Amino acid sequence: MILSVEKLEKQFGSLKAIDGVSFGIREREIVSLIGSNGAGKTTLVNLISGYLKPTAGRIFFGGKDITYASPFKRIKLGIGRSFQIVHLFEEATVLDNVRTPLFARYGRIKSILWSADSYVDITREAIGILKLFNLYDKKDSPAKELSEGEKKILDVAMAFALKPKLLLLDEPTSGVATHDKFSVMNTIVSAIRKEGISALIIEHDMDIVSNYSDNVLVIHEGRIMAEGKPEDVMQNKEVRETILGIQ
Amino acid sequence: MGQLRWRGSILGPRFFVYLSTLVLLLILPLLLSPFNLILLEYGLALALVGLGFNLLLRYTGLLSFGHGAYFATGAYTVAMVGRYIPELYSLEMLLPLSVLFSFIVSFVFGFICVRHTRIFFAILTLSLSMLVFALLFKLYHITGGSDGLYIPIPSVFGMVFNRRPDFLSGFFYYFLVFVFVVGFLFMKAVVNSPFGKALQAIRDNEIRAELVGIRVKRYRLYAFVISGIFTGVGGALWSFVNGHVTPEVAHWFFSGEIVYMVLLGGFANFEGPIIGAIVFTFLKLYAMSFTEYWMFIIGITLIILVLLLPTGIAGGIYRLITEIRKGKTLSGI
Amino acid sequence: MQWFIYVLNGLYFTAFIFLISLGLNIILGVMGILNLAHGSLYAIGAFMAAWVIITLSGLKGVPVPLLYISLISGALLAGFVGLIIERVLIRPMYGRALEYQLLITFGALLLFEDLIKLVWGGEAYYASQPFDILGKIQILGNAYPLYFLLVILVTLIVGSAVWVFITKTKMGIMLRALSLDREMATALGLEIDKLSTIAFVLGAALAGLAGSLIAPTTPVLLGFGMEPLILAFIVVVIGGLGSLKGAFIGSVIVGQIRSIGIVVFPEIELAILFLIAAVILVVKPEGLFGR
Ligand SMILES: Nc1ncnc2c1ncn2[C@@H]1O[C@H](COP(=O)(O)OP(=O)(O)O)[C@@H](O)[C@H]1O
Ligand SMILES: [Mg+2]
Repeated sequence: MILSVEKLEKQFGSLKAIDGVSFGIREREIVSLIGSNGAGKTTLVNLISGYLKPTAGRIFFGGKDITYASPFKRIKLGIGRSFQIVHLFEEATVLDNVRTPLFARYGRIKSILWSADSYVDITREAIGILKLFNLYDKKDSPAKELSEGEKKILDVAMAFALKPKLLLLDEPTSGVATHDKFSVMNTIVSAIRKEGISALIIEHDMDIVSNYSDNVLVIHEGRIMAEGKPEDVMQNKEVRETILGIQ
Repeated sequence: MGQLRWRGSILGPRFFVYLSTLVLLLILPLLLSPFNLILLEYGLALALVGLGFNLLLRYTGLLSFGHGAYFATGAYTVAMVGRYIPELYSLEMLLPLSVLFSFIVSFVFGFICVRHTRIFFAILTLSLSMLVFALLFKLYHITGGSDGLYIPIPSVFGMVFNRRPDFLSGFFYYFLVFVFVVGFLFMKAVVNSPFGKALQAIRDNEIRAELVGIRVKRYRLYAFVISGIFTGVGGALWSFVNGHVTPEVAHWFFSGEIVYMVLLGGFANFEGPIIGAIVFTFLKLYAMSFTEYWMFIIGITLIILVLLLPTGIAGGIYRLITEIRKGKTLSGI
Repeated sequence: MQWFIYVLNGLYFTAFIFLISLGLNIILGVMGILNLAHGSLYAIGAFMAAWVIITLSGLKGVPVPLLYISLISGALLAGFVGLIIERVLIRPMYGRALEYQLLITFGALLLFEDLIKLVWGGEAYYASQPFDILGKIQILGNAYPLYFLLVILVTLIVGSAVWVFITKTKMGIMLRALSLDREMATALGLEIDKLSTIAFVLGAALAGLAGSLIAPTTPVLLGFGMEPLILAFIVVVIGGLGSLKGAFIGSVIVGQIRSIGIVVFPEIELAILFLIAAVILVVKPEGLFGR
């Protein structure tokens, strides 16, 4: 288990957004997190990435208790994340969007006199990541000129550049046109698989979920309703009725 | 918006333009009248200020309306040393001292300001500069109050100059060009360095920058301090040209003029502030000698600029070049 | 009983700083625009009132109360100028970058500095009649100018009226909605243009009123609007961006410190104000009532 979450709780005022959630993610495993709006998915990701502190329970990452570690610390430990809305360096080139995280990771952002291009190794690594995510052709365009799908991919690539062991992706295909969703997801997932990292992905589209995940976690009103292989979860009667809306 | 990037060889057209500008700067004393040469010197000193200011605005996304404070720090460092420690009054001491003091002031002020962005940042920088103004104005037995202080001609490594016009049109001009070139190259390096990329990342998306491992406030402070030092050095150099300094330079009005000149040149371009500083100097002086209602003229130009040419002179030039190149390639087909 | 006079003076300072910063803050809150020309509107109010008072007192047979009514002439003119500024300069600025929004008001400031000079000339105006006529009254053994009390009273009335307007009327509630969330307000179909104009004109008129009220107490000079603008900025820093309550508390703090400051530590009075503002910021970065 690279990540294990034990009896996690998060209370907002009178609302228990997360109510006793326990689960684990193995190395190289891709887990999908599904659930209706307001189920607590984003809250769960925020708890794991440190943007929120739980009211009870524990979170372990690589065997270490990180329940109260700062977001910054968790990034260093290897937890990367993306947000529901993309956060890019819009004016910068695609290359610089990936290079800047690399400079930060290698402790080079204090370098003030040498041009960014003179860091050949870092630039090469950035280009490698762009190739992995099929963005190489766009490397010199400003990020703001990318299509919605490309932005989503770049957003993940930026988290990826920090060399995480676990990626938390909050709806990586939201806002992407339906016919692009599969190709976006394909790009992201194949990059994740190639690097052999683990991922927790919030996703609504059940076709995408069953295609790309090893495991599915269904959350409803802050609790885990079901978990298991995609095909098993899809057969679960409760899940079919409350989440998928199928009789 | 009208921005062109020449990639590839260092010996691109941009490099050629820089080199010809340098050559022009070096031979200008032969071409310009002493009066216009001095105006150019004001312009070059302000160009350093513009470069510093734009590191904050263009590259870090912070609009300071109080850069007069650091300008005044540089200028008053010179004036105070001249008044109280005349034995240190030489160019080779004054410049490092103005760096030191503008470092201190911009560090302290920056520390308070960088926790904020946008309007609040602008108000804070403005207010803090007014604090400097008030102190310079009211503590007149130390600072000379509204009369200001006289700036003597500095000695340089034991060399003494007697007449200001000779000093200004001779040694000092070349010294100024030298400092300007060093500042230009330094700032150019900064904006293209990983550090500069980090600043631009902060400007574009603070949340992501933090997420990626950039300490946002700390880097804003670094940018603030570099910007403040450029401005302080600009102020020190300016004071030698002016021969006199008053608290007006710390007033937010003066800071507003800095913002204006950078807009005039065009803040979207690295070179914009330089063009703006020089053009503004000439514009203001000629407006002032043309009519007593010069503020009216400056105000109207400013408004027209904002409404009609928001990319400034440099933006206009770049757009022109783009158009011409487009035209060429089209006719070349 | 000297302290009582300090407090009264503090209230008097509070009154006129409050009128200015209230206007500044309404514009800031509703439109998200920092009006650097706000001091000019104040100055326009002062010049107008001074000019009207001097002109009227020069005429024969003008009844005394008319002098006081003339005080609102400054507010009216400033409001009208505000209307023009908003229509011509501010309106094209929505959605533009902050630097443009600030620079356009800076341009307006430069413009108005010279327009004031052009219209009213470069000399100082002395219009103390409304102040002199009222004379002084005895308060706890001290003679105190009645006019200052009048200023406090007028401010109280106007301040309460604005408060009622903002919190109780439909228009005011729409203005607050706009200041809370511009996008939401657009989505709700509020008439943003109209509301913005109202906010700006109201803010401008308040600045003009402050100028009118101050005119009889001091020579009205060029560059008259600079210092009050800075005081209003300090109030905004202390009280928080766009907060009316903040504007009030901030004005009280600034007013009282000024009142004591100009007697006890005249040289560093402004520095002390800044120091307090800095301390508040370090403790509470968004200001006392900022969001
Ligand atoms: N910061 C917060 N404060 C209060 N309530 C919150 C907060 N964040 C989320 N909630 C509430 O917690 C519940 C779960 O939200 P969220 O995790 O965003 O759901 P989703 O599964 O759609 O991502 C919702 O009812 C939401 O309103
Ligand atoms: Mg969500």
